[in-house]
Amino acid sequence: MFYIYCPYCKEHREEEEFHAKGQAHIARPADPDACTDEEWGEYLYFRKNPRGLHHEMWVHATGCRKFFNVTRDTQTYEIKEVYKMGERPSIVAQDQNPTAAKQA
Amino acid sequence: MATQKNRLKSGGRIDRNKPLTFFFNDQPYQGYEGDTLASALIANGVDVIGRSFKYGRPRGIMTAGADEPNAIMQLGATEATQIPNVRATQQELYAGLHCRPTSGWPSVDFDVMGLIGQFFGRMLPPGFYYKTFMFPESFWELYEKFIRKAAGFGRSPRERDPDIYDHMNQHTDVLVVGAGPAGLSAALSAARAGARVILADENAEFGGSLLSCRETVNGEPAHQWVKQAVEELEQNENVLLLPKSTVNGYHDHNFLTIHQRLADHIADKAPEGKARQRMHRVRAKWVVLATGAHERPLVFGNNDIPGCMLASSVSTYIRQYGVIPGRNLVLMTTNDHAYRTAFDWQDTGRKVIAIVDTRQNPTGPYIDEAKNRGIQVITGSAVIQAEGGKRVDGAMIAPISADGDKVTGEGTVLTCDTIATSGGWSPVVHLSCHTGSRPVWRSDIHGFVPGETVQKQLIAGAISGNYSLSGCLKDGADIGLLAAANAGHSTDGLAVAKLKVDELAEGEAMALYSIPHSKPNSRAPKQFVDYQNDVTAAGIELATREGFESIEHVKRYTAMGFGTDQGKLGNINGMAITAKSLNKTIPQTGTTVFRPNYTPVTFGAIAGRHCRDLFDPKRYTAMHEWHVENGAKFEDVGQWKRPWYYPKPGETMQDALNRECKATRDSVGVLDASTLGKIDIQGKDAREFISRIYTNAWAKLAVGKCRYGLMCGEDGMVFDDGVTSCLGENHFLMTTTSGGAARVLEWLELYHQTEWPELEVYMTSVTDHWATMSIAGPNSRKLLAELTDDIDLDKEAFKFMDWRQGTVAGVPARVFRISFTGELSYEINVPAHFGMHVWKKLFEHGAKYNLTPYGTETMHVLRAEKGFIIVGQDTDGSVHPYDLGMSWCVAETKPYSFVGKRGMKREDCVRVDRKQMVGLKTKDPRKVIPEGSQAVDNPNQPIPMTMLGHVTSSYYSACLGHSIAMGLVRNGLNRMGETVYYPQADGSVIEAEICSPIFLDPKGERQNV
Repeated sequence: MFYIYCPYCKEHREEEEFHAKGQAHIARPADPDACTDEEWGEYLYFRKNPRGLHHEMWVHATGCRKFFNVTRDTQTYEIKEVYKMGERPSIVAQDQNPTAAKQA
Repeated sequence: MATQKNRLKSGGRIDRNKPLTFFFNDQPYQGYEGDTLASALIANGVDVIGRSFKYGRPRGIMTAGADEPNAIMQLGATEATQIPNVRATQQELYAGLHCRPTSGWPSVDFDVMGLIGQFFGRMLPPGFYYKTFMFPESFWELYEKFIRKAAGFGRSPRERDPDIYDHMNQHTDVLVVGAGPAGLSAALSAARAGARVILADENAEFGGSLLSCRETVNGEPAHQWVKQAVEELEQNENVLLLPKSTVNGYHDHNFLTIHQRLADHIADKAPEGKARQRMHRVRAKWVVLATGAHERPLVFGNNDIPGCMLASSVSTYIRQYGVIPGRNLVLMTTNDHAYRTAFDWQDTGRKVIAIVDTRQNPTGPYIDEAKNRGIQVITGSAVIQAEGGKRVDGAMIAPISADGDKVTGEGTVLTCDTIATSGGWSPVVHLSCHTGSRPVWRSDIHGFVPGETVQKQLIAGAISGNYSLSGCLKDGADIGLLAAANAGHSTDGLAVAKLKVDELAEGEAMALYSIPHSKPNSRAPKQFVDYQNDVTAAGIELATREGFESIEHVKRYTAMGFGTDQGKLGNINGMAITAKSLNKTIPQTGTTVFRPNYTPVTFGAIAGRHCRDLFDPKRYTAMHEWHVENGAKFEDVGQWKRPWYYPKPGETMQDALNRECKATRDSVGVLDASTLGKIDIQGKDAREFISRIYTNAWAKLAVGKCRYGLMCGEDGMVFDDGVTSCLGENHFLMTTTSGGAARVLEWLELYHQTEWPELEVYMTSVTDHWATMSIAGPNSRKLLAELTDDIDLDKEAFKFMDWRQGTVAGVPARVFRISFTGELSYEINVPAHFGMHVWKKLFEHGAKYNLTPYGTETMHVLRAEKGFIIVGQDTDGSVHPYDLGMSWCVAETKPYSFVGKRGMKREDCVRVDRKQMVGLKTKDPRKVIPEGSQAVDNPNQPIPMTMLGHVTSSYYSACLGHSIAMGLVRNGLNRMGETVYYPQADGSVIEAEICSPIFLDPKGERQNV
């Protein structure tokens, strides 16, 4: 069970207080109606499943109800950093496209 | 009652003044306080304690701890207190204990599987389930039942567990696992540094090997030092001592679970009001694993005959429990350490026939002492097979080559009744494996030690291959200080006191796991590796010959390490045999890893208090007691208890529904609608926010008005619905489905926080703040008029889809003129604490109108008569608003591309032949189509038929006098008037006509009066 630091409550809390919300930094297209079916499908359904560093969104569901981002190693389950919505990760995998993190 | 023929006159940590009577297979025996069940059975000379899993061979107690593969007991004097899979070696004896072996049906002395094993021995190779019993496949269920019953492994109680179990959350600086020499030292030094310490050990008494070792510490018996150490720790308020507590799981981020047995040493049921077991859920800053090492038995022919034991366990029984498992001992060893077992045995006055040392020329103080004691030491030899039936009566020894690969001479038989063996030690790496760390091989100690880890974990003592007592004590003390320092405590000036230990220096051990036989393994007597699963050396060799090369595959094919002992005893030997037959080294072959739990945990301890009434919260409305008093049947909706229907005496459910429906349509009915989710939304951008979330238009909804809204996911599929009312220019009240409230609130927060943080909007749940009662029917206005004098109920002043603030039954209320029944209807909301008062007032005034309470089932019928959907019943996440015929609820021209808009336009969503929501009228008006029935065009088509959709809602409508149904039918909106068929499981077919789902009052005249 994870021990997660909530960047809003500024405390470590048990995983039971949080919900995982999947991959982070997936911005809703600014003009959905201009998207092709493929682009919209990409936004809707396609997610990374990396072995190693993963940026993911969590919500402090039974705490402050705030969403935030977590950089987690999917192999060791280490949480490398926690950062607020709208911020960029400081720890990024070598082979990851750094521009991908710009959105949010 | 049998006498304790193997009980020593003195010695051990048992209390001979406190005899305890216990029952094994209903036979009474006597032991002493301080005994384990195993030591008491040995004291009584009970040799056979079970039958083996596959071959049905008699088995005896092998070990004295968690590594025991054979003495697995079913405990409990009554049906309700049955506990399966208890290791007799870890169960403290208490008066009146009842136990029987989990294996060995029909009896320990006569065994069906034993006969099968003798007749069909050759038919039971590894993988024999796969090979033999999988064909024909359909017979597997039959085979399995028989095999499981015959093989045992315990059973769960058929009655409710009378005990209570606890959970406790703990935070600590340092958790020390294991209270042997290393663990005790670590706890002492961490505590001295001021750290908060938890020290847990699976045994009843702290001390580990110190309780039975021959060494002295500071010139005193080692258990004296244990006593002092425990006293010091007990006096430190920062230290929590947990004996009888097994650290069973090491999970992510230093979260560990400890299974504490609070009352298992007292009886099979805890004293009244006390918890039987407790699960500690520990978050530790640092963990010190001081779990020690398990001795490895040597693999040789017939090594499972009762009387074959682990050397160190024999010593433990003698020194800690004052029992001796036999009269004449043959000890086989690859190392010096095990010599002490022969000394312990001889010290009791019983005879050591020989020490059989597999090394060619062992020298050193241990060998010297053996010779001084007059013990025969036979070197360069091994016990190649045990002789005997239900008890060892001899050991065949033979000279072996220096590399231990083959027998080099004739065998001779030594008469004895006990064969103790030691093949060296394996560090207990289980916990370190739980978090994904792979152990690494150390050839200097012939064992695996914990590998790299990301956990904040340290290891101390024998787990790190540090086997000498002085080494363990020093290592523990050093590591304890380090853990305290890592956890942020100053260790300046804290020196580790040096303890004086008198110990003999040990020479080099031989790396030997499996003893060769004069015959090839496949023809030699069975050489057991994993006792619990009857895995033999020949079986492992066969598996490798059949092409299984990965150790993980060998494990699964042979079932090695699969039992409740999780390979504690046999795993390394099995890997060594695998490696040898593959011509590889052990590190090349690798190791399997272990997962939680270290030893079996009761379901009670896992569940804790989260059972029965506390399994899940129950939510009640403010009027719940009234519903109970008036005979309501209840339905679970999410966590809510909602009235389902209110049967009168003698009424069937259908009778009650018919009455409730008619009363509502004819006069007035009332529904407790408090469970509807209510979200208060405020802020200057609230209206814009709602417009983006809902599919329909909200720009022009005026204060005082209500509107129905549909909520979709980004895929365009309906996800929730409800009425939202404009309370003020920047203030809205959104209602959601009863079960969807929390999900919707999180959904709103998600969009606000991640996509549109620039919008100023605030949301909070107000579901529990309000009691909601919905009065519906032609007389609802008259009824409400009697209870309010400040709300103008005139049909022009207070229109359909308006809401008004005012007073109802003397309390402040919001009244919404909305309708889920199609009738003239008012939804009265009052602060929850006034709910019961207003509800009762309604009935005081409603009697003359035959005011009838109705539940969720009548609500379902009434809304279905109007074709109103229930999200989650009529929709399933694959249905968009157009499928529902609700295009009127999609404002495509809204400026912002609302959530779901783009999704609805995907290629698949705009197909014309999608499954669409329609009404269904059966040809036989009395026939109600079962919900879930599949629609087909041709019921005579061979199975599998082409399915067109399914029935989502189906009822008998008393008001209409016929059945009604809603369902999804492919292209249904374009098939009005056509017939579809619903084949049933019993072979009958129900015929139905596709129609509009609005069965009653299509123009909506009843609600607009």
